[in-house]
Amino acid sequence: MAPRAAARLELLGFTKVFHYHAGKLDWMAAGLPTEGENAKRPRAGTVARKNVPVCALTDRVGEVRDRARVLGWDAAVAVNDDHVVLGLLRSAELDKDADQPIEEAMRPGPSTFRPYVPIKEMADYMTQHKLESSPVTTSDGKLVGLLLRSDAVAQAEGCPDCVRKMI
Amino acid sequence: MATVIDRDQLQDLVAQGALLVEVLKAEEYQEDHLPGALSIPLAQIDRETVKTLDQEHPVIVYCWDAA
Repeated sequence: MAPRAAARLELLGFTKVFHYHAGKLDWMAAGLPTEGENAKRPRAGTVARKNVPVCALTDRVGEVRDRARVLGWDAAVAVNDDHVVLGLLRSAELDKDADQPIEEAMRPGPSTFRPYVPIKEMADYMTQHKLESSPVTTSDGKLVGLLLRSDAVAQAEGCPDCVRKMI
Repeated sequence: MATVIDRDQLQDLVAQGALLVEVLKAEEYQEDHLPGALSIPLAQIDRETVKTLDQEHPVIVYCWDAA
């Protein structure tokens, strides 16, 4: 659609026309702000907790567990230097042997969700699949935050018109 | 032919004053649009709807995705 719009503008005499190829989906998947009716409604990216502890693959379970629990967390996200999500540690993984490297202890390649997903959709999905937490990432895999099911459900209950059709 | 740009280039161009135009239907624009974007649905792009725009000014168009 946008290429046709660009061509149309050029035919009408516009001389500097650019086409943002990846479009609105790419913008929203990057967790960038939007304007409009939905901008005020909670979504995965706005509800996800940004202060989730992160760790490297070479860290040890015991050190990560202690660091997480001191901060009141029972989860941590394994990331690389670019903050791309590599794995997830929930309570079961954090309870593994303290000397085990994160790379061996974590759940590798967890399902991730984009920041623009409506919170009601997230709450329903996490409840159906019994997910206590899920990483929210940009389209290039970078961590935005960890969404807790309890937060998603609470927000969804407080927002009855949060369902929308994603095209 | 229009220049294809990515998100970073879009942000640079907007910072320099480029005009953003969403060409999806108005209802989709009302739900979500990029900050500062105008709504000119594809089917409504004609001499009348763009007559107030400067033809020499950079314009960025976008829709939902790359499909």
